[in-house]
Amino acid sequence: MNHRVLVSRIVFSVGAALLGAAFALPLIWFVLAPFNAHADLDLALPAPPTLANFSRVFANGAAVGALLNSLLQAFGTVLLVATTATLAAYALARTTLRGKRAIEYVLLLFSSVVSGSAAMVPIFLIVNALGLIDTQLAVILVFAGGLLPTAMFILRDFIASIPRGYEESALVAGASQWRAFVDVVVPVLRPGVTIAAVWAFVQVWGGFLIPFVLLRSEQRMPASVEIYSFYSQAGTPIVPLLAAYSVLYSLPVIALYWYVNRKYGFRFFGGIKS
Amino acid sequence: MASIQLDKIGKSFGAVDTIREIDLAIGDGEFVCLLGPSGCGKTTTLRMIAGLEQPTRGSIRIGGRDVTCAQPKDRNIGMVFQDYALYPHMTIADNIAYPLKVRGVVEAARHEKAGEIAQVLHIDHLLDRLPAQISGGQQQRTSLARALVHPADAFLFDEPLSNLDARMRVEARAFLYHLQRSRGMTAVYVTHDQAEAMALSTRIAVMCAGDIVQYAPPLEIYRRPATTFVAGFVGDPPMNLVAVEAARSEHGITLRGAGLEVSPFASWLALDRALEHSDRITVGVRPEHLRIAKGDAGTNRLRGKLFANEAMGPESLVTLDLDGGVRVTARVFGDATVRIDGDAAFAFDTDRITLFDAQGVRIPGGAESSPN
Repeated sequence: MNHRVLVSRIVFSVGAALLGAAFALPLIWFVLAPFNAHADLDLALPAPPTLANFSRVFANGAAVGALLNSLLQAFGTVLLVATTATLAAYALARTTLRGKRAIEYVLLLFSSVVSGSAAMVPIFLIVNALGLIDTQLAVILVFAGGLLPTAMFILRDFIASIPRGYEESALVAGASQWRAFVDVVVPVLRPGVTIAAVWAFVQVWGGFLIPFVLLRSEQRMPASVEIYSFYSQAGTPIVPLLAAYSVLYSLPVIALYWYVNRKYGFRFFGGIKS
Repeated sequence: MASIQLDKIGKSFGAVDTIREIDLAIGDGEFVCLLGPSGCGKTTTLRMIAGLEQPTRGSIRIGGRDVTCAQPKDRNIGMVFQDYALYPHMTIADNIAYPLKVRGVVEAARHEKAGEIAQVLHIDHLLDRLPAQISGGQQQRTSLARALVHPADAFLFDEPLSNLDARMRVEARAFLYHLQRSRGMTAVYVTHDQAEAMALSTRIAVMCAGDIVQYAPPLEIYRRPATTFVAGFVGDPPMNLVAVEAARSEHGITLRGAGLEVSPFASWLALDRALEHSDRITVGVRPEHLRIAKGDAGTNRLRGKLFANEAMGPESLVTLDLDGGVRVTARVFGDATVRIDGDAAFAFDTDRITLFDAQGVRIPGGAESSPN
């Protein structure tokens, strides 16, 4: 009996350790390789550790510009999505509109389609007809359109959890509907907006297809596309530079999660249940 | 301060009439309670006065001005909500000062005003805290302070004390009474607690199923309830109601029902009219007008089996089960133990009973209307 428990413990521990290692190894590579001037796909301690990879990446103007483009697209989209989704979600949560359920259903249905690759051809045709091909605005608009419905649903549930009494007491205190919204709903809703915004940011940051299809010139490409410039013509990666660039590319997202976690703690509530 | 008039106000949600047709005139400086069980439309009525709900029919005037279609912000009212509705992200000072903020008062001035009113309500030591950091009673006072900080035409209260524990409720009630009387505020107060309504009101509007059943000063409602509904709602314990049959005899009218017998008495016009329609009458008698009968014989008796004998301290509540499954309670004053056992009887005086017709409407006149 005791013997069997011991064996099963050992088997479990070894299994879990192997599984953990399988997940940990790429991360360790991700941390070590950027500081290794001769990094390849094997795991190796950098000897000696160096920042040479980073200085070579920073010397590459297009690669640095791409990070800035990513920031521009991400912040532009987040701003647009956060504002419009808050307003739309407020209307959805608080009004008694005829056919509201149907509208919500259609929105939810299309939200997964619009930003998906299935809609890429019509999106390209529309953007082309608008004369917006190769503009950051096109990328921001298309991303925002795709993310808006889901952001609305996240926020709608947040708003539904805010007691109506808050707004009503502001109304009888003498505030207009808009004033009550700005003074009372928006501050209370801030954690919800932050979560929707971070989510939208991450979506845009990692989005490849939309900027790849809608943009032409290299100086407008975001990092998610530009990262492929660290591949040789033959398609083999230039590993040391790719590793360094990957770290730079991940930093904003890591920083963002760190900030949100510190400010609100990572609990998902509202639309996404933990 | 201002008067409030509701003129033929009605509210329908779809095909359902929540409020049928209400007329209510509230004088300047009056404290009117809308009293009724849940779902009777009292909160809807209050929300229509506040402008948070749009009436389907009729008109509302505050201070003579027609505000039926006005936004809440244009009605110049102060309101206290049942759950207080304090803004969780603002300090107590900012919460109290909010009505001044939306009116464009500069920060220093509005915080000074908030400080003054907080002092009156004894919450001035909490001004820097957030609502989540203070107790329920303090939150209640904060929400009261927010309603009072700006000189409104009328103050609306939506069950403001119902979230407090029993002891604090009585304390806050007396405080509200004093505040309203000393400031001459016009107040409309929604409650389902008849004791609150009795204690605070200058007049009570008793509501039932979207109608005002009776609108009168508290003691008038207590002495002369318009219907059996009012009689059974006001008073703690409420008025005892026993269904009887009326019969005429040579000595006058006799009333007889389950365990109850009233001595013959002379009829009067209103009673005659009621008896023309039906000889079914409901006899109402307040618990304090019943006493333990010494002997079992005679009329003006309620006979039954002892159900409960509760000594409350200053009084005892003695409950009998009558024959027809009816239960009646007597309030016996004094802190002595009431000696009563098994089969027992209550006695009452004929001039202490209230009669209701077959529809449950009070039959006016008769002995009970004499002032004593």
